[in-house]
Amino acid sequence: MRVEQVASLEGHSDPVWCCAWSSDGNTLATCGTDKSIRLWTEQDHEWVCGTILSDGHSRTIRRVSWSPCGNMLASCSFDGTVCVWTKKDGEFECSVTLEGHENEVKSAEFSPSGRYLATCSRDKTVWIWEQGGTDDFECVSVQSCHTQDVKCVRWHPNEDILASASYDNSINFYKDEGDDWACDFTATGHDSTVWSIAFDREGDKLVSGSDDQTLRMWKRYHAGNQAGISPSWKCISTIQGYHTRPVYDVSWCHLTGLIASGCGDNKLRIFAPDPEQQVDCHTADAPNFIQAASLDAHRQDVNCVKWNPTRAGILASAGDDEVVKLWKVFDYEIPI
Amino acid sequence: MVLNLGFGSFQLENAAPQVFATVKDRPVTAAELDDAIEDPIDAREVFDLIRDINDPEHPLTLEQLKVVAEELVTVDPATRVIKVMFTPTIPHCSMATLIGLCIRVKLMRSLPREFKIDLMITPGKHDQERAINKQLQDKERVAAALENPNLLSVVNKCIAEPEY
Repeated sequence: MRVEQVASLEGHSDPVWCCAWSSDGNTLATCGTDKSIRLWTEQDHEWVCGTILSDGHSRTIRRVSWSPCGNMLASCSFDGTVCVWTKKDGEFECSVTLEGHENEVKSAEFSPSGRYLATCSRDKTVWIWEQGGTDDFECVSVQSCHTQDVKCVRWHPNEDILASASYDNSINFYKDEGDDWACDFTATGHDSTVWSIAFDREGDKLVSGSDDQTLRMWKRYHAGNQAGISPSWKCISTIQGYHTRPVYDVSWCHLTGLIASGCGDNKLRIFAPDPEQQVDCHTADAPNFIQAASLDAHRQDVNCVKWNPTRAGILASAGDDEVVKLWKVFDYEIPI
Repeated sequence: MVLNLGFGSFQLENAAPQVFATVKDRPVTAAELDDAIEDPIDAREVFDLIRDINDPEHPLTLEQLKVVAEELVTVDPATRVIKVMFTPTIPHCSMATLIGLCIRVKLMRSLPREFKIDLMITPGKHDQERAINKQLQDKERVAAALENPNLLSVVNKCIAEPEY
């Protein structure tokens, strides 16, 4: 595998905490300590920042997330609020501010159906908001299954299933049970804070990155599975011995099957299914992922990594060094 | 008095701490004054940055209370990791998190940003050692704490340069 840097996006004046691709893969949103959101697009082969949104939050913006249609952007902040930005006449405006969390909001994610927005906070709760109409979000559930700060929420790619990762070292899974949402499984195994989680394309596996310097891969066991295992998410492999500081983010590419991680040792790493293992990595019980690349990506901690959803092999990373970088991965094997 | 500042609550409690002698200033050598000679950051330099931090409840420095010591600092120039251990004056000290936060902020502001700082309680010296270490090492919670104006003001007071 060969990895080349294709762009270095400079403009933020403080650490960059998050970067997020729009679903068409054409726009990258970034945010961080400088309380601004920047939107970057490619013009004449150059990545340029055409929009800066800077009046939504009074403290650090921790994460941004796009709605599936690309007309809305959710940003969450240490100021305890979530802003939903809506595109009107080609410009993004903060159309609604969602309040309710008692402390910093760490993550906000639209569901792939666009119906729900999930948020989580240092107040240990996960909130699920349902979109009624434009600018109308109603909180339909507050989940308090975690015992500590909740770091990250991510939706299943195809179903209305939500996962959350926490300072309490666990990952919780939630589903709609008709009258309310319920936490129906808790996955434990990490020895410290779980900073980030990412589903694979089918949503049958999840990868998690932790302060314990490992990645873990979890497999979903459906009700009535042939192995006779009760419905659950079980850890099927641990990727260890590579990261030397906390893993702050993971991203699982739905086009190539590659996994990227961002680490406190300034490195960006890419993991690929082991070509020696002669199995279909989508159905294997325990696919073996090996490190295919390790790059000194940033001068400081790598906070975020995101695969482009439409352009195979394009990866964005964001760091404490105030820089966002774009990478292109060549010569990788597309799994079976 | 209880201070609840979003990064744990703090209660004053150690009324009569033991006071220890302080070390002499490091003599400045000719080599250190020569700009042509590279002078890497060493444990003594890191110790000098934190020894005069004020204790939150007493008009004493962390060095005078033996909370920090040069032998509890290690610097790895290859990985740029600086490890600092600190020793709360009593094993149930509720100020331990605040003291740790002051040490971290002082080092973050003084050292080049490429340095990684691993800060922890000297093993066995606090009842809540694991929980405090985890909180002090969580950069997201540290960043959020430092955006709290009340807590920042307390930290700034503790790390202010001594007046002579």
